[in-house]
Amino acid sequence: MKRFLLGLALALAAGAAGAAPRADIVIGMQLEPPHLDPTAGAAAAIDEVTYANVFEGLTRFGPDGEVEPDLAESWEISDDGLSWVFHLRPGVKFQDGTPFSADDVAFSIERAMEAESQNAQKGLFDGIASVNVIDDQTVEIALDVPKSSLLSSLAWGDAVMVSPATAEKNRTEPVGTGPFSFSNWVQGDRIELVRNPDYWGAPAKLDKVTFKFISDPTAAYAAVMAGDVDAFPVFPAPENLEQFKADPRFLVMVGTTEGETILAMNNARAPFDDIRVREAVAHAIDRAAIIDGAMFGYGVPIGSHFPPHNPAYEDLTALSAHDPEKAKALLAEAGHAGDISVTLTLPPPSYARRGGEIVAAQLRAVGIDVAIANVEWAQWLEQVFTNHDYDLTIVAHTEPNDIDIYARDDYYFGYHDPVLKALWDGYQQVTDAADQRELLRAMQERIAGRYVNGFLFQLAKTGVADKRIKGLWINAPTPANDMTAVEWTE
Amino acid sequence: MSRGLVTGGALCALFLGAALLSLVWTPHDVAAIDIAAKLRGPSAAHWLGTDHFGRDLFSMILVGARVSLAVALVAVGIGAGIGVPLGLLAAARRGGVVDELVTRANDLVFAFPSLLIAILITAVFGPSAINAIVAIGIFNIPVFARLTRGAALALWQRDFVLAARVAGKGEVRISVEHILPNLADLLIVQATIQFSLAILAEAALSYVGLGAQPPTPSWGRMLAESQTMIAIAPRLALVPGLAIVLAVLGLNLLGDGLRDLLDPRVRRARA
Repeated sequence: MKRFLLGLALALAAGAAGAAPRADIVIGMQLEPPHLDPTAGAAAAIDEVTYANVFEGLTRFGPDGEVEPDLAESWEISDDGLSWVFHLRPGVKFQDGTPFSADDVAFSIERAMEAESQNAQKGLFDGIASVNVIDDQTVEIALDVPKSSLLSSLAWGDAVMVSPATAEKNRTEPVGTGPFSFSNWVQGDRIELVRNPDYWGAPAKLDKVTFKFISDPTAAYAAVMAGDVDAFPVFPAPENLEQFKADPRFLVMVGTTEGETILAMNNARAPFDDIRVREAVAHAIDRAAIIDGAMFGYGVPIGSHFPPHNPAYEDLTALSAHDPEKAKALLAEAGHAGDISVTLTLPPPSYARRGGEIVAAQLRAVGIDVAIANVEWAQWLEQVFTNHDYDLTIVAHTEPNDIDIYARDDYYFGYHDPVLKALWDGYQQVTDAADQRELLRAMQERIAGRYVNGFLFQLAKTGVADKRIKGLWINAPTPANDMTAVEWTE
Repeated sequence: MSRGLVTGGALCALFLGAALLSLVWTPHDVAAIDIAAKLRGPSAAHWLGTDHFGRDLFSMILVGARVSLAVALVAVGIGAGIGVPLGLLAAARRGGVVDELVTRANDLVFAFPSLLIAILITAVFGPSAINAIVAIGIFNIPVFARLTRGAALALWQRDFVLAARVAGKGEVRISVEHILPNLADLLIVQATIQFSLAILAEAALSYVGLGAQPPTPSWGRMLAESQTMIAIAPRLALVPGLAIVLAVLGLNLLGDGLRDLLDPRVRRARA
């Protein structure tokens, strides 16, 4: 009898253990990061692995894009807006055991700003005059000019805090202050993170997170179906989402991203140096067909370079409504009668390749002859982004609050507009939210009215996950897979 | 006539007919995108249904046949046009420096995996139907050169060639007037086989995006594009897949049948 009871107890214990939720997770990603230092590369995949998991900044983006305190608990701004004093959270340690202090803040920001820094977003630090350590827990950022975007700039993955002892090795062995430590990288296959037991905040609920890289959409579909990956937060083939929806094992998450998908036109080169031709292109495009055909309906039309979920958004799609007759008339007015022959250069994502075929057909319908050139990312970055050697291209700009790219002199659009530059400078000076919204609206109107690019749609974040997982981000305010609050419910 | 030859001939005629038909008529414009009509099943308006852009699948298959045919025809033409004279030359100068050069060059090209080099060529010079033709054509040269040389070497030992030499004919005239006509059967059969391989190679190159560029449809690219939609619309993969299978099968059957018909040894054995 005793033995029987003991056996029963063991069986129950085993049963209970078996029913305990899993403490590990496998996240699918399409692209593998080139390295793991978010302060030295533009690849979104770096942030998708490390942001809020391994590295943290003074501030951070929350799940819906709001800027929240992170390693800085609080801050004060001087009356002239030129001095920001940040109070750091006490008791924070890097994953190698060294304490995090104001010196590390000064080191991280100065490192990102120095001339030979490889930071991909140096513009974030524009206007910072110096970083002054007041004491271990207090640091002052002094500015040359008021910079209303400072808190959101510091929340970017490119502005995370690193330790002087380990900064040089972050590409392969990242060390930050986050809830997960880097554990292992099998190149071409997966990256593993484990829980950081000494984390300052609420500890992560998972013991282990594995990021698995599957570039082929068909293989990604098979991996999700077979349960080889537990979640695919940015699933590459929207056409497969219907099947996931029909399957009771999965939850399909459709959220917003900061990705304005545009048909970029080379404003510096004929025929797109003529605003009438650009306007004709804008009217030749049928956004609904592109969203339906390329994204299977996932995506929101945009009329300017601004995300619809932002409070300062203004719907300007009517300005460039689909009107092929008007497009033909504009082309005729500009002196073009079927003599425009251009190349549309397309990077690999399906929004570009599929969207490109549809755009090309729509442009041909108004008499613009379009040849398609499919290129790989490396070639796109070199030819289009760096050398500005292109006529048309389609790409999604996934950085948050990036309307300032239209105010940059050497950007690949080849667009130079003193009016827009003045608006952006003004925006940087004001701190009142209502004033900021006004200026953001004015900038949207300006670039929409100048028909700088063809504005297509806001990329949706379409993900799929096992239904039992909770805590994943629905939206993508910045490229990230914050795993801190993720857990299995059963 | 064998059953294989008839089946092969019929399939090839179908393939050729589809390609020729597409020159004068297709049910719909293959470049016309109509998103509202996407992924429709077969109907009176669209005999094989529509793809993910609402394009007519039947029209795309017809034009795809033309693209396949054109690429294969020119590629095999390049291979035979350069390979056969090289083989004849090598056989005429057998044992000499020219022979050695041609043979070694053949071995060199054969040593490379052909599709890999084709990908290299199209990647360097940019993806297009023309570059695909050149890439596939280059790998047809040694096939024809080697075949021609081997068969011509045997012919050079024959009495009628000796008679021609005694009559004072030079190497070139003997090669063209006596050797080549006796090789014709062999070359026709080989060309048919190479033709089917070229169609496969074109489909493979288009599949990886290095063949004919959109909006020109191609069977390989249709397969690649259908890949993620195989669960919702298997038709999109089945139709171009079957087209490739039938075209290649037809050409292989035709090649086998022709060999049986033309090969003197087989002919003699039958008689």
